[in-house]
Amino acid sequence: MSQQDDKEFRELLKQALPPVADTKLRRDLWPDMLKKLDEQPLRVPWFDWALAALLGVALVLFPGAIPALLYHL
Amino acid sequence: MELLERFVAGDLDAFEALFRQHQKQVYAWIVRIVRDSGIAEDLTVETFWRVYKFRSRFDSAGNFQAWTRRIATNAALDHLRKSRPETELPQDLVSQAKPDPAVRSEMRECLHCAFRQLPAKYRLVATLALIEEEPYDNIAAAAGISPALVKVRVFRAVRMLRDKLKPLGTEMGAKR
Repeated sequence: MSQQDDKEFRELLKQALPPVADTKLRRDLWPDMLKKLDEQPLRVPWFDWALAALLGVALVLFPGAIPALLYHL
Repeated sequence: MELLERFVAGDLDAFEALFRQHQKQVYAWIVRIVRDSGIAEDLTVETFWRVYKFRSRFDSAGNFQAWTRRIATNAALDHLRKSRPETELPQDLVSQAKPDPAVRSEMRECLHCAFRQLPAKYRLVATLALIEEEPYDNIAAAAGISPALVKVRVFRAVRMLRDKLKPLGTEMGAKR
């Protein structure tokens, strides 16, 4: 593809699909954002729950580790 | 505490301040990719939802605008992947420049159609580079790829468009 062909093709493409002229946001989207935040409470990933469960089991099995854990917190 | 530090710590007021500062830029970037104001609004909210969700991954000394733009680009790319290629281009959004009479309407229709059928990752870079004339470096930063890869994808997108148009016997497709 020559440079001239390429340039011509790009021009034709721009005529067929003109750039978006209006990129101005017409309204404040914060209310929508708040709605989405309310709708989708942040979920704790399953592996965090798994880690917590593992820690719980470890503490039940090895209660002597509790002071060490508290020391490191 | 700085605004970005408060945001990373989960302060909703800080997030609101950042949202209000950046929502226009994020929307303007997304609408140039998806070319539909309603979808762009939804994706702007989706972008900031991801921003808030993954705030702990953001380095408060980093560039919030660049980080947000990258998330916005990913959200737009996800939309392009999911959207059906039949989606029509809303005419109210495109610039009102009079088309060159030499470009026939059927040829424009073919190009529309061929463009919508491009794979999402090619459509993204082709839209930004060929239609919106965004510099390759900006596209690369937003898409998280190298400028060289942007160039390659633009080249491939042009080749795919020409290949799609060739069987239709359009001048552009035939001209090689």
